Amino acid sequence: MKRALALSFVLITAAACNRADAPPSRFGFGRAATPAEIQTLDIDVGPDGVGLPAGQGTAVAGAPVYAAKCATCHGSAGEGTPIAAALVGRIPNDSFNYATSTGGDRRKTVGSWWPHATTLYDYIRRAMPFDKPGTLTPDEIYAVTAFLLAKNEIVKDDFVIDATSLPAVKMPSRDRFVADDREKSNRVR
Amino acid sequence: MARRDEQKRPASPASVTDPSAVLEPLLSRRSVVVGAALAVGASVMQGMAAPVPQARPTPPIVPDGPVPDPTTVLGRLPNELGVRSQFEKAKRRPSNTSSQSPLDDLYGAITPSELHFERHHGGVAVVDPATYTLLIHGLVERPMIFTLDDLKRFPSASRICFLECAGNMARGAKEETRAQQVCGLTSQSEWTGVMLSTLFKEVGVRPDASWFLAEGQDAAVMSRSIPLEKAFDDAMIVYAQNGEAIRPEQGYPARLLLPGWEGNTNVKWLRRLELSTRPFMTREETSKYTEAIKGDKARQFSFVIDARSIITSPTYPGRVEKGWIEIRGIAWSGRGKIRRAELSFDEGKSWVAATLQAPVLSKAHTRFRHLYEWDGTEVTVMSRAVDETGYVQPTVRELVDARGPGSGPYHLNPITGWRFRPDGSVTFRTEKWA
Repeated sequence: MKRALALSFVLITAAACNRADAPPSRFGFGRAATPAEIQTLDIDVGPDGVGLPAGQGTAVAGAPVYAAKCATCHGSAGEGTPIAAALVGRIPNDSFNYATSTGGDRRKTVGSWWPHATTLYDYIRRAMPFDKPGTLTPDEIYAVTAFLLAKNEIVKDDFVIDATSLPAVKMPSRDRFVADDREKSNRVR
Repeated sequence: MARRDEQKRPASPASVTDPSAVLEPLLSRRSVVVGAALAVGASVMQGMAAPVPQARPTPPIVPDGPVPDPTTVLGRLPNELGVRSQFEKAKRRPSNTSSQSPLDDLYGAITPSELHFERHHGGVAVVDPATYTLLIHGLVERPMIFTLDDLKRFPSASRICFLECAGNMARGAKEETRAQQVCGLTSQSEWTGVMLSTLFKEVGVRPDASWFLAEGQDAAVMSRSIPLEKAFDDAMIVYAQNGEAIRPEQGYPARLLLPGWEGNTNVKWLRRLELSTRPFMTREETSKYTEAIKGDKARQFSFVIDARSIITSPTYPGRVEKGWIEIRGIAWSGRGKIRRAELSFDEGKSWVAATLQAPVLSKAHTRFRHLYEWDGTEVTVMSRAVDETGYVQPTVRELVDARGPGSGPYHLNPITGWRFRPDGSVTFRTEKWA
């Protein structure tokens, strides 16, 4: 009897230790997200166009939207102001010699620096206009995107930007971006 | 004790934020204090029968004129929320987009939460913790939503590490520049939360996932793509900072913490994580937070903060006197622990190791100090950090040679220094960049 008690004590202790030493792979906290809940928040647009909504716009349609909602900060022609970045401008021959040349206009615009056209839609929807983010309709965002691409001489004024055409737009700087390699060495890079 | 010249006095009682000053405009601040003290004294004499008047929590009493002998005046009684001494003036230095920590006013390794640097892209979001949720979806077995209480139920972890804005260098700074202005977009806290790996195990990461999007709920709906490996290395979702809930400007009620990586990736007011096969190419990882390098290229996904250091004392606008001076500063590296902090008194020809304050933690501001006997002649003191990987903090020249004169403005970590002048003034060691 004593031995049986002692043995069961050992077994109980061992079981308790097991529970303490091996936390579960899942705790069961939180709850399942419904498809509707995911859809509400899932606003990102990828470089492959995944996430782009229905709708369309041209530079012609985008000009009045830009003038009304963007020009105050970014300038009437996207030239930038002291409070907001320049959006329009190309470097001669798209040379991209930002690091080695310190002369001339080296502003990082949509036309000279942005590698993916899809980023325009994604970012405008997230954060613009600065004082009223999230207020533009998909057609307005497509149109302003088309306007900026046309001003940078990447597409024509009547080119229709939509979920299919936007990811196919090749930006002048598309092949300029390389992965960070600093940690491959302990020398300055 | 003489009143300090810079000390601000309220112009009128109504200008003080204490509501009592508005409610009792006829009483001077001094008489309010004396009245409260007398009332308390009376209640003590009555054996605490009378209710003790509520001690006023804020602001500290700013005396009119000289501070009286504190042994002759009953002090403030215990209250609910402490404030720093009325004589302490350390402040952040704000611009429209950021505010810098007053590195030259700080001691030790922890930045007081109220002086932690700020950088945000759509102002400080106000998020209700009662309705806060974090959604994790995409390439996972079980898309899930976690409340703040859910996050706090998971096993917790605390870690001391620095945060730093990738654009934390004032290139071409003038002699009259404070350490705060040179590189004050870095601060250090003890962060508490749940390891991101714990949450990712809870939802079950699919084998084809390799990146995840971290998204905030500020006006910029800040978003960055993060390699999945970081989640299983040391990433955390944190809800506490220095023992209390994290500050609104640090992402209340929960943010991503990626130790050693540029501040922008530590997404604040975090609302969503989406796992994917590829990065999302958001604005902050394409048009911003990318650096031109030689070869007509731009460096992208440059996450890690390279080793650097700065002397914080003595610095401009402080002064020095002949004799012993303890030179103090901080060194840090996003790659790991600081191995050495070194000082040069001869424009970098030779270096002497400073003393490191224990504990030396990985990816953490590390205090260094060095006793120096100054003979009163002009001398320039420079500091450099060496981390456990052997990376040595570079000079401006080495950075420009490696990347080109037009690189930047991100991940610039040059050696800096300060000049002690015979008149006792201290100025920033200026340097030409291009």
